[in-house]
Amino acid sequence: MPVLALCLALAYAAAWALPLVRVAPNRLLSGEGVGLTELLTGPQCALAVGAGLALLLLAAAGRHRRAPQALLTAALACALPLLWWLAARHADTVVLTESPRFRTALGAGFWSLLALAWLACLDAIARLRLRPRHHVLVVALATVPMVLALGSGMGNELSIMKEFTNRREVFGAAVLRHLQIVALACVPAVVLGWPLAWALVRWRALQRWSLPVLNIIQTIPSIALFGLLMAPLGWAAAQWPWLQSAGVRGVGLAPAVLALLLYALLPIVRSAMAGLQNVPVAVTTAARAMGMGPWHIVWQVELPLAWPVLMAGLRTAVVQTIGLAAVTALVGAGALGSIMFDGLFSAANELVILGVVPIVLLAVLADAGFKALAPLAPLSPTPTPGAA
Amino acid sequence: MITFEHTSKAYAGVPAITDLNLKIARGELLVLLGPSGSGKSTALKMINRMVDHDSGRILLDGQEIYSFNVQDLRRRMGYAIQSVGLFPHWTVARNIATVPRLLGWSDERIGQRVDELLTLFAMEPAQYRQRMPHQLSGGQQQRVGVARALAADPDVLLMDEPFGALDPVTRASLQLELLRIHRASGKTIVLVTHDIDEALLLATRIVLLQQGRIVQAGTPLELLQTPANDFVADFLGRADVGLKLLSLRTVGDYLRPIAQDTNPTLSPALHTTTLQLDTTVREAISHMAALGVTTLPVFDVRGQLQGHVNATDLLAPGRG
Repeated sequence: MPVLALCLALAYAAAWALPLVRVAPNRLLSGEGVGLTELLTGPQCALAVGAGLALLLLAAAGRHRRAPQALLTAALACALPLLWWLAARHADTVVLTESPRFRTALGAGFWSLLALAWLACLDAIARLRLRPRHHVLVVALATVPMVLALGSGMGNELSIMKEFTNRREVFGAAVLRHLQIVALACVPAVVLGWPLAWALVRWRALQRWSLPVLNIIQTIPSIALFGLLMAPLGWAAAQWPWLQSAGVRGVGLAPAVLALLLYALLPIVRSAMAGLQNVPVAVTTAARAMGMGPWHIVWQVELPLAWPVLMAGLRTAVVQTIGLAAVTALVGAGALGSIMFDGLFSAANELVILGVVPIVLLAVLADAGFKALAPLAPLSPTPTPGAA
Repeated sequence: MITFEHTSKAYAGVPAITDLNLKIARGELLVLLGPSGSGKSTALKMINRMVDHDSGRILLDGQEIYSFNVQDLRRRMGYAIQSVGLFPHWTVARNIATVPRLLGWSDERIGQRVDELLTLFAMEPAQYRQRMPHQLSGGQQQRVGVARALAADPDVLLMDEPFGALDPVTRASLQLELLRIHRASGKTIVLVTHDIDEALLLATRIVLLQQGRIVQAGTPLELLQTPANDFVADFLGRADVGLKLLSLRTVGDYLRPIAQDTNPTLSPALHTTTLQLDTTVREAISHMAALGVTTLPVFDVRGQLQGHVNATDLLAPGRG
């Protein structure tokens, strides 16, 4: 309720004060803002204000019941493509009335309204009080109207979609490269980090030098770390030709992946240590005393019991890596960051957004995915068949 | 069964066990008794190598315990501890099945064994098999813990203060269950406790430890009647040694036939206090004091009057 009221108040303010779209005669000019109030007729404005208040009343009345909250979720989920449709309709008009060179870019008002609607939507979903797995499913469902709108080709005349169409192939490759960098950094970080955490919990003396090292790595700014890695990697590649043939160079993928791996280690190791330390001593003692081997204890006792905490740490690491992978464009690793920096250097805002939006989406998706994975511990108990 | 020969152990230079010599016979219920820091728990843990001893030898059936693979050795010994340590992510059945699974028993045999053990501990298998540990009370958890220790029918059962964390009522009932299981199975049980009453109730033999050395070893009666020194007498509780002696005897030994009774009409209150043949003398005296009488009837398990006991007989020395 308070969240929705606040969102609504901010939304009215944003709709009134900020331009929903900006219309410019070409790609590089920033153009003139057009507000939401200019896109709607008087009665439509009244209708929009009324609809907002109606939603607020609905939420207030049905605070503790699921049906009104579900309805609210659906309404807010549909508000996203509605905004998109309004912007798209204006873009179509501009192209017809002015010239095809005219660009209609999404304005601050659009992004504010989009963020507010999504925030209110997530709040409504939280009020449904679903189990984690269902929660993720409903969040995914809430994006369906927007995905359908995009899929239908609505808004192709908007500047951001034109940038996308021009770079469709580059964009696809960049997304794949982004995922590749994240996987190449996070998978080895887990493979190294979990056993390291296990060793650190077992032999406390190791903590004295290894944790400070990980902490220091974490404090080095990413661009500085790329720089630090470029020289030794370049030297190593020159020294050993097989490294070079494996694609290792001072610039490109190698320093990017290595730096992100080092950054991912700390959250992974720290959380794994916390998870392993959470396993009651009595349980591991009993396991040992009954004649379980060390591997048995790791696989059957420690790993399943530490699983939720391990997943939480991995979630932090993956989300962090998705964000940091954007910066790797600076050392020529490609990925979505290269689209973003292209936009920055050519002052094309829509291009920046085209690079940023998928990064945010990937991070949100990864976050939700790991949250859904946390309760599914591996090696869960196989029920022992009992004699009838 | 288990033999300690000149066994010693020190933690960072501080001796925990010094020159321990002890033979534990098959079928004994041996209680290692002593104050905290006496080394009783260390002695127990050395048997299944949860703690490695520094010098001397420990033999299992005449063989040095280091000649066994450590995991095989542990699988031959049940182990139950105060904090139970059930696997929280496994069902009761899966917990009990831990060692049988490690030994590669068939599913069918494991299932039968699990049900057998649950029944032994008065837990309905159909009801409890698929429960998770957090759904059990403390007493039930410890029952499952002991059932798990017994699962693969080990030769030896090691218990480290198994009932220490339970409330008095649950503790008493689990102690009786342990006695029953010991009598029925004839297993060798080594139990660590600092609770004198628990030791007197359960032990066939008590080994009293102080600062890593044996002070006295003997039956509960021997310890109470002929304490080796002041420490033993103090530890057993000088003031109520008499009462503890009474708790080692049962009224069955003092029974007088019905015919000798000169007063056949008993007050109704006496019928509510049914002494049985295996009721301890201590309890019988307590009932007499509460009711203000010196004679009480004794019944068998089916409620048949077996005779009477009187206070003078019960307090007479030397018949236990």
